[in-house]
Amino acid sequence: MKLITVAGPPSSGKTAVVLKLIECLDMPKGSIGVVKFDCLTSFDNISYEEAGIPVQMGFSGKICPDHYFVSNVEDAVQWGMRSGFEMLITESAGLCNRCSPYIKGILSICVIDNLSGVNTPRKIGPMLKFADIVVVTKGDIVSQAEREVFAFNIKQVNTSAKIIFVNGITGQGSFMLAKYLQQALDVHTLRDMKLRFTTPSSVCSYCTGETTIGEAYQMGMMKKMEFTEI
Amino acid sequence: MIKQDFMEIINSQTVAVVIKQYPIADDFLANYRLSSISKDLIFPQALDEVEDEMLEEFGLDRAEILQNLCVFLETFSQTEIALNSVLSITINGGVNKLMEPENISLTISAGEIISIVGPTGSGKSRLLNDIECLAQRDTPTKRQIMVNGAELDDLQRFEMDGKLVAQLSQNMNFVMDLTAREFLEMHAKSRLTPNVNEVVEKCFQCANELAGEQFSEDTKVTQLSGGQSRALMIADTAYMSESPIVLIDEIENAGIDRRQAVLLLAKKDKIIFVSTHDPLLALSANKRIVIKNGGIYKIIETSVVEKQSLDGIEKFDNVLLKLRNTLRQGGLITEELIKI
Repeated sequence: MKLITVAGPPSSGKTAVVLKLIECLDMPKGSIGVVKFDCLTSFDNISYEEAGIPVQMGFSGKICPDHYFVSNVEDAVQWGMRSGFEMLITESAGLCNRCSPYIKGILSICVIDNLSGVNTPRKIGPMLKFADIVVVTKGDIVSQAEREVFAFNIKQVNTSAKIIFVNGITGQGSFMLAKYLQQALDVHTLRDMKLRFTTPSSVCSYCTGETTIGEAYQMGMMKKMEFTEI
Repeated sequence: MIKQDFMEIINSQTVAVVIKQYPIADDFLANYRLSSISKDLIFPQALDEVEDEMLEEFGLDRAEILQNLCVFLETFSQTEIALNSVLSITINGGVNKLMEPENISLTISAGEIISIVGPTGSGKSRLLNDIECLAQRDTPTKRQIMVNGAELDDLQRFEMDGKLVAQLSQNMNFVMDLTAREFLEMHAKSRLTPNVNEVVEKCFQCANELAGEQFSEDTKVTQLSGGQSRALMIADTAYMSESPIVLIDEIENAGIDRRQAVLLLAKKDKIIFVSTHDPLLALSANKRIVIKNGGIYKIIETSVVEKQSLDGIEKFDNVLLKLRNTLRQGGLITEELIKI
């Protein structure tokens, strides 16, 4: 089974891109499955179900989405194997720019949109830096110049990434994306494979339910901001 | 220049010298929150002053930062040979929606203008998509697009990295909150243009020539009128975009000199496709592709009679323009005004 991981900020168009991509792949119904990792709630299962694509949803809730991803992705692969898929696509919404749900050797796609501001690629970090393919959406409503500057800023962060502009509504560009997927690795399990980047580390009192503000309540791993006196 | 050459440079020159020679290195430092390192030291020494913890946040150690910087400088010093050398493209026909063969082969050279006409939903976008992905008989239309008379393998198609085609359409907007000058400078910088001021100046001048109403370079791009926006986008595409092919989708009634706009792009040796129903634009093209049932129905060469009729059409167009301007200025429409 081929495995592809897709990540990107909320509302960047991940689901639209995956749907257009599956359409383009032209594989028999039921041979591609999707696992959607989200935080609190999501309506994307409806879009997948309407398209007749088997989908499973997982919500990280109070757990860091990256930690949640890495502790469940192997189970996702096993679900895919049991379901007899030829391809499994995991889709995860990155909430903090630190998110990077990519695995070494597994084709990884980052979806970001042109409306998020030209400098956004330079701020995203590992989610963009460690992706094999960067898909840019919503390019049809901004100027050519802004598309080019955006692509330039992506290159700054990820010099080796392939950049593909995909229109999530018409599907323009998804054909080339589908071609890339042929290179995706066949896997049976992810056991012993490694993440491309460490997950955010934070084991502090607030992780375990503390809500009161003040030094007396802060325990465990903390990072304090430095303020310059004026 | 390859990675090793840059490694030698950053190991022997101060940060300040490297930045002076490769201004883009400044961006690299900013990307890793390293803008404040000492500029009078060489890179390895300057990095020694940075806290380990901060580098760890990026998942890098000092040696990796240096490696990454070299790859970064290498990436942005490469010249784009592949794109500059697109002299012609050839469209080899496939099939229409009824699976009937198109039986055509059309070669278009740099500087040529081709218009695409046909009812809404007839398959114009499919043709434009085929061109954009350099279809090799592997899209639903089974068309083949050749560059400089040659077929392309997947590797070459991927190399283009979405840079082959620049697009311009009525739905496009500026979303950056910058002045016209800042906007052009930003684009020029991303193209690593050496003579930024000169190019920006030319571009701005040209945009003003195309626009019906003048605008200053301190105008925010988001405040430009539809016509001014379109004019700026076209001038920018002509002078700054690296893409050898330009796809223009419906720019009629934009309040700009659209014939001049298209001719300007052609003069810059671009291959231009205009999807339009505007007679003035359609007949300015050398040829027009007629789309029907999802396929290329026929290719018409603009006839001498049609070329000659352009003057007449322009007169019609000017009458309409005059009517619009009269309305805008609070005037009354008289019979005199609609005489051609």
